Amino acid sequence: VTALYVTTVGAAQPEALACIEAAVAEWFPFPVERLPALAMPESAYDPARGQHRSVEILKALVRAAPAGAVRLLGITEVDLAIPMLSFLFGQAQLDGPVALVSLCRLRQEFYGLPPDPALLRERAVKEVLHELGHTFGLTHCSDASCTMSLSTHISLVDAKGEHYCSRCGAHLARRFASLNGGQA
Amino acid sequence: MKNIWPILIVDDEEVMCESMAAWLREDGYRVDTAPDGRKAVELAQSVDYAIYFVDLKMPGGMDGIETMMEIRRRRPEASIIIITAYATVDTAIQAMKEGAQEYIVKPCNPQEISLLVSRILKLKKLQRENAILRKKLNRQYHHHDIVTKSPRMQEILNLARDIASLRSTVLITGESGTGKELVARAIHYSGDRAQRRFVTVSCAALTETLLESELFGYEKGAFTGAAAQTPGKFELADGGTIFLDEIGDISPKLQADLLRVLQERCFYRVGGNEEVRVDARVIAATNKNLAQLVSDGKFRDDLYYRLNVIEIRIPPLRERREDIPILAEHFVERIANELRKEIAGISEGALKVLMDYDWPGNVRELENAIERAIVVCRNGTLRECDFSLLERTASGREPWKAPDLPLAELERQAIIATLERKHGNVKEAAVSLGIDRSTLYDKLKRYSIPR
Repeated sequence: VTALYVTTVGAAQPEALACIEAAVAEWFPFPVERLPALAMPESAYDPARGQHRSVEILKALVRAAPAGAVRLLGITEVDLAIPMLSFLFGQAQLDGPVALVSLCRLRQEFYGLPPDPALLRERAVKEVLHELGHTFGLTHCSDASCTMSLSTHISLVDAKGEHYCSRCGAHLARRFASLNGGQA
Repeated sequence: MKNIWPILIVDDEEVMCESMAAWLREDGYRVDTAPDGRKAVELAQSVDYAIYFVDLKMPGGMDGIETMMEIRRRRPEASIIIITAYATVDTAIQAMKEGAQEYIVKPCNPQEISLLVSRILKLKKLQRENAILRKKLNRQYHHHDIVTKSPRMQEILNLARDIASLRSTVLITGESGTGKELVARAIHYSGDRAQRRFVTVSCAALTETLLESELFGYEKGAFTGAAAQTPGKFELADGGTIFLDEIGDISPKLQADLLRVLQERCFYRVGGNEEVRVDARVIAATNKNLAQLVSDGKFRDDLYYRLNVIEIRIPPLRERREDIPILAEHFVERIANELRKEIAGISEGALKVLMDYDWPGNVRELENAIERAIVVCRNGTLRECDFSLLERTASGREPWKAPDLPLAELERQAIIATLERKHGNVKEAAVSLGIDRSTLYDKLKRYSIPR
C-alpha cells in the first residue's frame, strides 16, 4: 500500500497543515506524505463570481495524484464554488481518489472577526475528515456530532465533532481492511 | 437511507448538472442528470423522481417551463424546482402558476437547498404514508386487497364476489395463516350486507358456556354476574354477517344449538324463554378436516351439511409460490412504513430463500418473517442474512423418510394423494406428478384407483 498524499493548491499559508496531517495519520491507517505545492489551474478562476471552480481544482488533483496513491487531499486558501451553490467548504469525489478543502471560509477573518488559529485548526481537521470520509464512500450522517454530518453554515462546522460516529467509523474500518488486503 | 427518493437535475450545462449531482450524492441521494427537456421527460417515464431541478433557460426545443409541463403531464405528483440565473418576477410567477413547487436563483446558498430538499421530502413521505394508510383502511372495510396472482386464488375471489349477496352459509377451509378471515371479509364487504356489521367469533378461544353466552347473549340473572340482559354476537350481526372461526372446535351441545339457528334462524338467549329472530349470514372457517371429524363422530353431519353449502378451500402458500414475491413486496412496503424504516426492497438471494421455504404458517408467517427482517435489516435492502432464522427452521425440520413399502404401493399412494389434492382433476394431477396424462390413466387402471 502506498501513501495518502497531502498537498496545497495555489498559494497557501501552511500553518494548519501539520495539524491536518497529524489528524489524518490518526484516523487513516496509511503512511501520510506531503507532495510539493500544486499550481492553481488558470481555468479554475471565475471572474464573474470572484471565486474558484471547485470542479476544475478536483480535476487538477486527479491529474497530479501519484500512481497508486491511496488518496490525494488538496488544501487551498481560495474560496470554492460550483455553478449551483454560492460556496463550498470543500468537495470530494464520492468513492473517488481526491478531496479538496478550502480554508477560506474556515477563518474567522472571513466573517470580520479577529484571527483564531486554534479554531481554524479545529475546523480544518473536521472538514478534512469529512471530505476524506466521502472518498471512502461515506455519505452524510444523521448524527449531528459526527464529522460526516452535513455543514451548510460555519456554525454547523463548529457544532459537530472532530471524529467519526461509531457507524461511520465501522464503515471506514471495513473499507481500510479491504484496501489493505485484509491485513488491517 | 435516502436512495429511495431519486432526484433528477435538468440543465444544458454539464458542469452544473454534475457538480450539483455530486453534492446531492454526498448527501446520500440517488441522482440522475439530463442535458435537455426531451431527455428529462424520457427519464421521467421510467423513474418516478421525487424532485426535479429544472433549469429555466435551455437551448433547443424545450425551455424549463415547457419541460416542467411535460413532466407534470406524466407525473402529476412531481415536485419541480425551477432554477434560473436571472431572477425576474415575471418568470417566477409563471413558473409557480404552472405548478413549480419552488423557484431558486443560482448560485444558491447550500443551506437553502438543503432545507428545500428536506422540506419537499418530508411532504413526500407524508403523501406516501397517507396513501398507505388509506389502503389499509380500505383493506378493512372493502376488499380487492387480497394480494395474489395465483389462478386458484383468482377463482376463489371470483367465487367470493359471486356469492357475496347470497344468504347461503359458507364454509372456508384452509391451513392456519392462509387468510380465511380476509376472504370472509371480502365476501361480506362486496355483498349487499356491506353496510351492516361483520362480527367475528373465535370458537376455539372460549369454553363451552362462555361461548354460548357470547354467541346467543343472556338474560339478566341467567348466571352469577349476569347483571343485565346482554345481546350475543348473533344479535349484533343481525342484517350482517357472523364469522365463526375455528368452527371445528365447538362442543356437541353448541353444535346442536348452532344447527337450530341455521335451520330456524332463531334462538333463545341463555336463561331466556323468549325466541329471538335474527337474519345473520353465517360464514364459518376451520383449519381442520371437518369431513374427517364427521366420520370420526366428533362433528354432527347434519351441521356439517348445513355449513358446507358453499365450500371455499384456500390453498396453502407452498401450493401458490407465485404469490410469494408479490406478497413479500406488499408486506415490505406496508411494514417498513409502519416501523418508519426506509427499505428499498428484497435482494435476489433473500427472495430465493423465501421461495424455497415451505411456509407451514402460510401468509401470516411470511408477514412475520418480513417484519422481523425489517427490524434487523441494517442497510436498506433485505438480504439472506436477515432471514437467517427461517433457514435455521427449514433445515431443522425432519428429513423425509421413505416408508417401508414396495415401490408400487408408494406410487399408488402418491397418485391417490395427488388426485385428492387436485380434487380429482386428472390433467392437473398428471402435471403435478410430472407424467403424461395417458400414463396416469394407465396407472389408474393398473392400480384400480377410482376417479
